[in-house]
Amino acid sequence: MLIIGSGPIVIGQAAEFDYAGTQACKAMREEGIYSILVNSNPATIMTDEDIADVVYIEPLTVDVLERIIAAERPDSLLPTLGGQTGLNLAVDLAEAGILERYNVRLLGTPLESIRLAEDRAEFRALLDEIGEPSPQSEIVEDWDQAVAARDRIGLPLVVRPAYTLGGTGGGIAFTEEEYERIVRGGLAASPITQVLVERCLLGWKELEYEVMRDGADTCVTICNMENLDPMGVHTGDSIVVAPSQTLSDRDYQMLRTSALKIIRALGIEGGCNVQFALAPRPDITAWPGEETAEALEYHVIEVNPRVSRSSALASKATGYPIARVAAKIAAGKRLDEITNSVTGRTTAAFEPALDYCVVKIPRWPFDKFAFGDRTLGTQMKATGEVMAIDRTFEAALGKAVRSLEMGGRSILWEDPEWVEDFPDDLPATDERLWGLLAALRRDIDPIDLARRTGIDPWFLERLGRIVALERRLLSEDLTPDLLREAKRAGFGDAIIGTLADRLPDQVRALREEWDLRPVYKMVDTCAAEFDAVTPYFYSTYEQENDAVPEPDRERMLVIGSGPIRIGQGIEFDYCSVQAAHALQAAGVQSILANSNPETVSTDFDTSDRLYFEPLDEEAVRDLLENEAGGGEAPPSIVQFGGQTAVNLARPLQLAALPIAGSSADAIDLAEDRGRFEALISGLGIPQPPGVAVRTLDEALPTAETIGYPVLVRPSYVLGGRAMEVVQDEGELARYFAAALQERSGPILIDKYLEGLEVEVDAVCDGEAVLIPGIMEHVERAGVHSGDSMAVYPPQSLSDEQREAIVDYTTRMALALGVRGLMNVQYVVAPEAAPQGPGVFVIEVNPRSSRTVPFISKVTGVPMVPLAVNVMLGRSLAEQGYESGLVPDRALVAVKAPVFSMSKLVGVDTFLGPEMKSTGEVMGVDHDLDAAMRKAALAADLAIAPGTPFLLSLADRTKSEAVPLIHALHEAGCDLFATEGTAAMIRDDLGLPVQFVTKLLSRGRPNVVDVINDGSVGAVINTLEGGRPSHLRDGFHIRRSATEMRIPCFTSLDTARASIQALATPGSYSVRPIPDYRNGRTG
Amino acid sequence: MSEPRPAARLVLADGRVFEGEGFGAPVAATGEVVFNTSMTGYQEALTDPSYGGQILTMTYPLQGNYGVNAGDDESARIQVRGFVVRELTDLPSHWQSLGRLDEYLARAGVPAIAGIDTRALTRHLRSHGVVMGTITRDESPTEALARLHSEPMYGTEDYVAEVSTPVPYEFGEGADNGDGPRPHIVVVDLGVKRNIMRHLRRRGCRVTAVPSTASAEDVLAHGPDGVLLSPGPGDPMLLDHVVEASRGLVGRTPLMGICLGHQVLGRLFGASTYKLKFGHRGANHPVIDKPTGRVYITSQNHGYAVDGDGLDAAVEVDQVHLNDGTVEGLRHRELPLFTIQYHSEASPGPHDTEFLFDRFLESVRDEGSR
Repeated sequence: MLIIGSGPIVIGQAAEFDYAGTQACKAMREEGIYSILVNSNPATIMTDEDIADVVYIEPLTVDVLERIIAAERPDSLLPTLGGQTGLNLAVDLAEAGILERYNVRLLGTPLESIRLAEDRAEFRALLDEIGEPSPQSEIVEDWDQAVAARDRIGLPLVVRPAYTLGGTGGGIAFTEEEYERIVRGGLAASPITQVLVERCLLGWKELEYEVMRDGADTCVTICNMENLDPMGVHTGDSIVVAPSQTLSDRDYQMLRTSALKIIRALGIEGGCNVQFALAPRPDITAWPGEETAEALEYHVIEVNPRVSRSSALASKATGYPIARVAAKIAAGKRLDEITNSVTGRTTAAFEPALDYCVVKIPRWPFDKFAFGDRTLGTQMKATGEVMAIDRTFEAALGKAVRSLEMGGRSILWEDPEWVEDFPDDLPATDERLWGLLAALRRDIDPIDLARRTGIDPWFLERLGRIVALERRLLSEDLTPDLLREAKRAGFGDAIIGTLADRLPDQVRALREEWDLRPVYKMVDTCAAEFDAVTPYFYSTYEQENDAVPEPDRERMLVIGSGPIRIGQGIEFDYCSVQAAHALQAAGVQSILANSNPETVSTDFDTSDRLYFEPLDEEAVRDLLENEAGGGEAPPSIVQFGGQTAVNLARPLQLAALPIAGSSADAIDLAEDRGRFEALISGLGIPQPPGVAVRTLDEALPTAETIGYPVLVRPSYVLGGRAMEVVQDEGELARYFAAALQERSGPILIDKYLEGLEVEVDAVCDGEAVLIPGIMEHVERAGVHSGDSMAVYPPQSLSDEQREAIVDYTTRMALALGVRGLMNVQYVVAPEAAPQGPGVFVIEVNPRSSRTVPFISKVTGVPMVPLAVNVMLGRSLAEQGYESGLVPDRALVAVKAPVFSMSKLVGVDTFLGPEMKSTGEVMGVDHDLDAAMRKAALAADLAIAPGTPFLLSLADRTKSEAVPLIHALHEAGCDLFATEGTAAMIRDDLGLPVQFVTKLLSRGRPNVVDVINDGSVGAVINTLEGGRPSHLRDGFHIRRSATEMRIPCFTSLDTARASIQALATPGSYSVRPIPDYRNGRTG
Repeated sequence: MSEPRPAARLVLADGRVFEGEGFGAPVAATGEVVFNTSMTGYQEALTDPSYGGQILTMTYPLQGNYGVNAGDDESARIQVRGFVVRELTDLPSHWQSLGRLDEYLARAGVPAIAGIDTRALTRHLRSHGVVMGTITRDESPTEALARLHSEPMYGTEDYVAEVSTPVPYEFGEGADNGDGPRPHIVVVDLGVKRNIMRHLRRRGCRVTAVPSTASAEDVLAHGPDGVLLSPGPGDPMLLDHVVEASRGLVGRTPLMGICLGHQVLGRLFGASTYKLKFGHRGANHPVIDKPTGRVYITSQNHGYAVDGDGLDAAVEVDQVHLNDGTVEGLRHRELPLFTIQYHSEASPGPHDTEFLFDRFLESVRDEGSR
């Protein structure tokens, strides 16, 4: 059976598909079915070679898939686990006749149903046929028709012009005047003078049902979920609760029955997600639905005929493994033949009963993109999500907010601007939850808030309870009863401390004194009706503890990495999962803590015990104390969960809780600028000159001494947050003004060396230091390593430089006292060093890194298991590895970043020191060109020969771009260029070029026109520096390119690499990953 | 914020005590403590006569979210003796809501308790079996326990007599889709839920409910086209008179038995019944229909089950519970007679097996045209 993965992590398609694919592969193994997996994303557990029988890490294209099918000759294809990517690819394969040619059966969802769910009109027709309601809509081509449509459907109406980009010219009309204006505007904007007029369900309740069906037509509902945010906000951007809270049994069953009818009509064998809009309470809405004596009006909004983000959430919320069961159904099993692995004694043919409340909150990237448009609508913007479980909504919500890891944004956070100017209408943004609480603190009536937002009053009343408790904590003495009530309502110690004027540790001490400790309840699919065997726990303040520790076994806690965000992605979940597996393989009980429902790590059978908890000090200490059971707490592994876990090292150490691997002090030594500098200058290892400062007064002379350009950043960083290359004093002052507002703590100022960036991951056992491989970045230093293309093995390092890198890495690992993993970033700038190899250390992280999955896969060195075994006391030598660099494998692998910029309006896409990518792909082959070509294909950066280019280059990069421009010309690419660049191409190079102005107000076609009308198919736009005016100029170019989804290169290095791949057209290989490593060709 | 609620406790006959906050009526109450795993439908459950003599806890922690409404009562009154929840919503929200759950219980004179670790309670019942318990506000645990031991045990009481209608009546509620001939269905009320009768009316039937004490002649005197033996509370071994009355109906009219009605008919065909450790109560019970291999998700509420071993060869067990293999349905090999242990009328619960009412009425029509 062939299983298609979902490719790189982008907004809307994230780790949930790694979880689904991994479960499916495991299920196939249980069924004795030979599985073939293909995915382009190396940072996934599913692409580990022990998950499927054969693994291809290749671009997800029809060509590649056909070659895999031809080589492997699978009997069947399971496309429903790889998100929309997998589904679309399956449709393409079918339409290209490939499935038929090779006699491959499509499993899960019939092709017809995949198409049906995508096609609005056909889907509506199906719903009509089975008597299920969908929002009324009509196609309108002139004003008379529009009037008739309005009279038939009734206001408010959504107007969607046909074939306009990003819905330009559409909108929601509430009044007749608005309707006329929008319809007339929309007809004018539409190239075919056509608009769709649709019943507006804005503000209606939004509900989702996860349903399953098997070959015997048995149908079950796994979970229903209610969006706190009503219709109008993408469900991926909504706060979601499970099960529904405001539906009576009558409502619940009405929608359940409808969902089952739909899955039957679509003939799906597997899982399916159905979204509904249900009329809101008539007293809070201006446009109620129709009600009869028995039921309220509802509409079917959307169907996903596959495993989805919602089904991952539903699986974690209920304990019912939807993807696993879906895969087994696809393999021909009936639901009643599949064991419920949670209880071990019942079957998958039942409906989970929850005895808790689940809250999911999305994690948005606006902490990184301060200028992005924060409005939430139909385009999803969140990069990840957190889930929390508790016995009440308030408590689950409180824990979910803690799980977001939003720095200073606790549940008490309010925008400082709200003091003066409170946004009464509370628009849907990432800040609305905090806005609602702030409104309740300002005594705005919940019903009134419900009218403004469409949020059901039930939720607002519960938020009101939180606010009421806040007031009591502010005004009353902190008694045992009050503290108990606060803990039962989900208040963290830190929040209680803030309100009751105590330190978090004092609150913790009071809890100990008054014996207020959380107990842990099990997620068991059956509300305790049966004895369950799968230890999946959440904390709550009640009486009985289900999570009885097993202190007689050797145990370790793996701390996960929390929600997926830019800078801390699926790579860290990969490491956490591998760590749990490695512990199990070593006979050690693995305990895992994480807050992210999308991931493999929170699959209940990844570890021996799973705690679904916020990853903050309070929660981790609490669960460790529970595991200690009055005795010794198990050691914690903090080096696999990204910065989230590493940040817990110090608090755990202060609480006298043991840490496995590198000590808290070793971590501090690497992260504390002063201590680290002293250490490495003692070792005689060069690093770019730099100093930590606290104020602008200190910074100005420092930068002067070091010499501009300088790299500035806060000392503890995540994904290059707030890191910038600064060219002069003015920019430095601006940076400081912004940085100091956000947080305190020192700012690092380093000399910016524009050299080759190199990265290594290493494992150290205290005596030996193993370096599996060196990675060279395509982009020069200054582009965040997470946004750079990385090549293994390095292509341009001298032997001397390689030796220096190995030598420095080895000595630093030993000197820091690393036990486990370490990542080092170097810049190679020979011109900056009068003598020696010219290798400088930029950064050392005593933890796993983003590149660990990539380097593990291409070299075959299992870094995480090696590190775990080191922590368990087994040396590298005992594990069969010796110190030093592992010889280069006979392959070339390119890791390319993938961005989600088209989904984030208003965000500038240029590459810089601040990380912006959401995911990655890998291109691997026997030579660099082929690997690069595949990486470009997989990252959607592939450029067809003859693609016209638009060039707008900064002066400082013009001369460097000359060879590139020649190369483009020779490759038959027409050139378009802005003022200065065009002059250079025409006058200096004597090549043909078409001039387009970048000043939008001055003449046409301008840069935006040539992008939008398709005259150009790729853009190269380099930036002058940090100067705002230039940024604004290029901003239109970059955003237009992003919205047209054409490649836009802001680094000449990336452009050069991609064009090189284009310039040498040739074939690439398609092989299972070990074949490349073993140098198997032909 | 509402007023703080008074302290209250739930004391179990085995000595286990759960401390919480009282709501509903300020009285003490005793009953067999049982749990239900349905996540919605508290109002329907509270008014289900099958809960007569029992204290009900819902495993889902949030209760009262959508208030109480006019259409969800399954009988004329709250039937449970007491109600146990983790968290009570003071401010319900629903388009049909007419009031709060706590006031609804208070008006009916039924005590309830909130703030209970209902998962711990459920685990206790699961491992020790259902047990008598009492909700109290003023007594100490020892006092409450002493009182509890002096009160009658659940299994010794005939709750059917308590919940059944004293006199026959025609059920007139709900949609009536009667065009043409209206089959007359007599429902033997052992503790019937209104939704059973609504389903029959929706399918065009005239529905008459008769007391549980009705003899076969009493039932036949109504001229039924079919007879339905309803669900109800308590031990079917106490219902010899209903078994006997049913004997006079078999072969003379199509019969359908639901829940207690199923158990009664099971006894009629030679089976014995036994008490389950903690029963089946919830809306997620999988039942496999042996002839088709299809699984239905059913709503259930029973503490006793039919032992299939002693069954007459004339009837077969055609449906079983997927989890524990207990008998879920019987079918007479020749006569128009079938029974189900679960609740095809749902309310609360999934609507997957509503078609059984159609099946029953088909047999009624077939019989009529014969």
